[in-house]
Order: sequence, then structure tokens, then C-alpha cells
Amino acid sequence: MNTQPKIKKESKNKIRVDFERAPLSERLKAKYLNAYFYKKIIVSLFKFLLLLGISYVILYPFASKILQSFFSPQDLLQSDVQLVAKYPTIQTYSLLITENGYFSALLNTAILSFVCAVIQTFICSFIGYGFAKFKFKGNKVLFVFVIISLLVPPKILASSLVQRFVNFDIFGIFEATGFYDLLGWETGLHGTYAPFILLSLTGLAFKNGLFIFLMRQFYRGIPDELEEASYVDGYGVFTTFFRIILPCSVPMLITVFILSFSWQWTDIFYTNIFLPNSDKVLLTSNAFWSTMPPTLEAIREEVLIGNDTAQSTFAAIVMNTAGMLVVAPLIILYLFCQRYLIQGIEHSGFGGT
Amino acid sequence: MNNTIAKQKKEKSSSKRMHKGASLNARRARKGWIFVLPFVIGLVLIYLPVIFESISYSFASYTRIPAIQGGGYTLTWVGFKNYKEVFSSTVDANTGETFIEMLVKSLGTQAIDIIAILMLSLFIAVLLNQKMVGRAAFRAIFFIPVVVGAGIMTRIDATSAEILATASGVIEGIDTGSVEGGGMSSIVSAMDIGAIFANLGFGSGLVDIVTGIVENIFNIVNRSGVQMLIFLAGLQSISPSVYESCQMEGASSWEIFWKITLPMLSPIILTNAIYTVIDAFTSESNEVMLQIVGEDITLTPDPILSAKAWLYFAVVAVALILVTAICSSFVFYQRRNDN
Repeated sequence: MNTQPKIKKESKNKIRVDFERAPLSERLKAKYLNAYFYKKIIVSLFKFLLLLGISYVILYPFASKILQSFFSPQDLLQSDVQLVAKYPTIQTYSLLITENGYFSALLNTAILSFVCAVIQTFICSFIGYGFAKFKFKGNKVLFVFVIISLLVPPKILASSLVQRFVNFDIFGIFEATGFYDLLGWETGLHGTYAPFILLSLTGLAFKNGLFIFLMRQFYRGIPDELEEASYVDGYGVFTTFFRIILPCSVPMLITVFILSFSWQWTDIFYTNIFLPNSDKVLLTSNAFWSTMPPTLEAIREEVLIGNDTAQSTFAAIVMNTAGMLVVAPLIILYLFCQRYLIQGIEHSGFGGT
Repeated sequence: MNNTIAKQKKEKSSSKRMHKGASLNARRARKGWIFVLPFVIGLVLIYLPVIFESISYSFASYTRIPAIQGGGYTLTWVGFKNYKEVFSSTVDANTGETFIEMLVKSLGTQAIDIIAILMLSLFIAVLLNQKMVGRAAFRAIFFIPVVVGAGIMTRIDATSAEILATASGVIEGIDTGSVEGGGMSSIVSAMDIGAIFANLGFGSGLVDIVTGIVENIFNIVNRSGVQMLIFLAGLQSISPSVYESCQMEGASSWEIFWKITLPMLSPIILTNAIYTVIDAFTSESNEVMLQIVGEDITLTPDPILSAKAWLYFAVVAVALILVTAICSSFVFYQRRNDN
């Protein structure tokens, strides 16, 4: 057999040679016409379809709510209208935005979520580091309390929590100095942002136990040698934490930040017990998202007069639209940041221990 | 001779330690307390009083003082009377189902849900970890429920369902797109999964479980986002060289999954199991939780509800301890000396 390549063209610095090889059709046949290739195709097709199906399950509620948000009351009188409006209108959106004060609520929510998320991320990493790297008496007992704070649904504690913040006081100092009278807060801290901030500062806000748990697991994966090297070089415990450990944990911090930001954003429970009927309207306050704009109410009454079913269906559609307006900014932000969420947790090295 | 030198050294070092104050360990322990201090302060000033108050409601009877007499309320200690009442109370007047029966039934369904969530999230995380067409897009979609939070979606659905319930019926064909049920459940029922499985010769109990999971798929997918994220992190932390050497030795991907991925992931499975148990038992879609806290938030203390809540909490705590104990015995730690 001649294995010597055939020289096709030769110049000063280039050479083109032709090896003797099977014809193209034979090669393609060998590559594609075998059981291994079929198996690969079928398996990847199956995976793709499965993921597509589950994506549909996730996206369907959003898609149908968004499509129906363009319904006008007339559409509900048509029997052939199901998902796509025949008389599309954006008045639901425009009236919700103007009459329910969407933008001021959006601003309030954005500020509160951002501040709370920053505090929660920092405090939870601080506490998590304490649990992960220090052996002290009561470490395990305290950690059980972290789990308990996750386990007790805050709804059970609603009335006590509100009472606590109405009469919030530290060893009678506020009472003695007349702090609340000075500020004119008749109901103590209730009706202000203070309960959110205080709960964030003490690692007790919504699902903060989970963040402490995640940060603890993450810090346990960081080798002790790193800190020892830093101590040898003369840093104290706190300088080590701020200069060495925090920069190491940025990916995990980003993940915790995104989670706390978005969960604060969509929180309904704390918003409505701490800020009921207050002038500070958040997106999740009842004043915004479960109130029908008056003009829309009038239109509904006028068009769908006497048709109770259509009226309440339309009301449900308006509520859904308001709900979509609540989550829309969050989803848009998420689409820009999702890379960091996933990268953050991927590079966290979480779960090494 | 050697002994005396060692003794002397020991004395010397201990006297030095005495001189400098607390030992290194004690000082480190103190620093540890400073790190967890924010949580301790919150616990002492806010959380423990609130918990104590709520528990004390469950052992008391509550009487409101009329506003004329100054308002407020009084609590009188009644011991376990509220708890006894909870044991005999019925939740459904039509079927005569008691709270305890409901609790037991709910524990069963939750257990199935928890296993389904864990399996689904592990499976999806393994899929999303492989290279494939449109991986970035799928990843973006699968974590939407994490960010949006299942809470607000169920709340939106509940609100619109409430509005719809006031009317006599729903307009034919209009589906407000709720997460559970709606147009999706009609697709599932059209497939008639029950019939498919019944012909395969499994027991009817198993068929019921499987159809239950399939009909509940929306709920399960929406609740497994965080778990997927944590599993994905765990998968990333497995060194690729382990897989490489397995492939060199001729292991199939099936074998690799059972012999490498699963043992290496087992600490993460424990973490996720704990989180899923907590999440499942405290989520608002849970029927016992609905029974305890209701649709609306009440700001007046209710001793019976407090008793129910704390009884439920005790049951969940026991379940959590059991799950942790069972899972921990299967966990494989790569670096044993760490723990």
C-alpha cells in the first residue's frame, strides 16, 4: 500500500499534498450511519424536547397573562376570543400606571429592595462567616435558631411582630427620651421602613436564614490556610474578613444579593403588615396591585352591564395585569443579570464540603 | 529528665498565657461571637419575644376588653386546653375531617412532593450542566421562578380566583392562566396518564402517585428553582478530571452518574432535602398552612390558631430531624476530617 502522500503543488514555502483516503461518501457513511450516532441524536433530541416542555410550563402563566392584559371589555362578549384579543387595547396598562401611581410605587420598591438587599447580603455573609469559621460555645444552638427562623412561617407571628414594632423600644430608652413624640410617629416604627431595615440588620428578614446557611456552607469550603497566611502577615480577624474573605466570596455575594433583592421586591406579607394604608405605597401594597383603577371600573360597568361573569373575569384580568406590572421590571433586570446569578453560584465552589 | 523539661516548658507556656489573658481559642471564640452578634441581638430583642408571645397565646384564652373600658385584651392561662381542642377540631364540616387527619394526609402528599422536587431538580441540573443547543436560554428560563418567587405568582392567582369565585361561573374558553390548573391541566388530562399506567400492570397506589405528580407538575417545577441552582453549583464543583479518568477506564455515563456524580453530590442533596422540607411545609399553597394562617392576615391573636401553628411546627421539626438523620447516613464526604 502506498502511504506516501502525493504532492499536488509545491512552491517556495508552501506545499499541498493529497493523502490517499476513502472517498467522501464512504467517510460520511462511516460517520453518520451507525448506531452510536443515532443514539446520540435521539438522546439529545429527547433532552431538548423535555427542557422545551418544562420551559413551556414555566412560561405559560406569564404568556397567557400578558396576552390577556391587552383584552378590552368588549372581547369578553365575544365567544371566539380565547388568548389573543380581537379589540386590543393598552388602556388597562395606562390606567393602572396613571391612576394607581405605578412609577412612585416602583421607585419606593426599588429603593427599599436595594437598601434591604445590600444590608442582608452583608449581614448574612458576616453571620455566616461567624458560624463557619469560629468554634465557640453555643455555636450549634444558635445555628438551630437560624433554622428555626426559617422554619416558623412569619404569618403565624404577624400580630406579635406588629405589636413589637408599634411599641419598639430598647430598655425603655425611646420611651424616656420621648423619641417617637419628637418625630411625630404615633404608631412607633409601624408604618415606616424601619421594621424592614431592622429585620435586615439582624438577619431575620424574609428567608435570611437560607442566606446565612448558604454563606456558611460557602465559607466552610474556603481553606483555613488562607486565613492563617493572612494572620501570619499581621492582619487581624476583621481585616482578614474584609480584605481577604469578602473579595473571595464575590460570586456567592452576587447570588445572595440577587435572591434577596428579588424576594424583597415580590414580598407581599411584610409589606402589607408593616405599611398598611400608609402613604408609602410599594408595588406589592394592596393600594397598588389589588385595587381597580376607578376609570377602568366605570368602563367595565358600562360595557359589561348586567353580565356578572364577564365583569369578574375582566376584574381578574386587571389584577393579573397589575401582577405582571409588579414582576415585569424584575424580569427585565433578571434578563440582564441572569449571567451573574448562574456564574456566581457556579464559581462559588459551593458544596465542596 | 525529658519529662521534667517538658513539664517546665508547659509551666512556662501556661504562665505566659496567664500573663497575656485569655487563650488563643478563647479569644477566637470571642471574635466568633462578634460575627454572629447581629443575629444574637435580633434574636434577643425581636425574635424570641415574638416567638414567646405567640407560644403563650397557645396556652391562654383571649378576651378582648371593650373600648369603653380602655381597650386591649387579657390573656388567662388555660394550660393544654387549646391543644386538646385542636385534636378534636374538624376542619371540613362536610366530610367531618379532623385537623389531625388532615395533618397526616398532608404529610403524605408533602413527602411525595419533596421527593419529586428533589429528583426533578437534580435531573434538570444534570441536563443544564451539559453542553447542548440553547443551554443559555434554558438556564435563563429555568431560574425565572427563583427570581419571581412562587409566592407572588400563587398570590396573584389566588386573588383572581377569589374574584372569579364571586361570579356564577367562568366564561367558556377564557383561562386566566393560573399556575395550577387552567389550560395546562386540560392538556394533562387529555393525555390520560392514568389509563397508560393502569395497563402497564402497576398497583393502583403507584398509578395514583404518578398521576398526582404529573397533574401537579406546574407546582413542582415552580418550587424547584432554588434547588436546581444549588445542585448546579454542586455539579460545577466536581472536578472534571474525575470524569475524564472514569471515561478513560471505560465507564458508561450511567455508571458515572451512579458512581461519581451522586456520591459527590450527596452533601448537596442533604442541603437541598433540608431546604425542600422547610419550603414545602411552610409554603402558602400547603393546605395545612392555609388552614392555620388563612388567606388573609389577621392581626388579632387567636389562641386556637396559635395552638394549631405550634403543633404543626413541632410535627415539621420532627420531620426535618428525621429527614436530616436519614440523609446524613448516606452522605459521602470527600474530606472527612473537615467535619
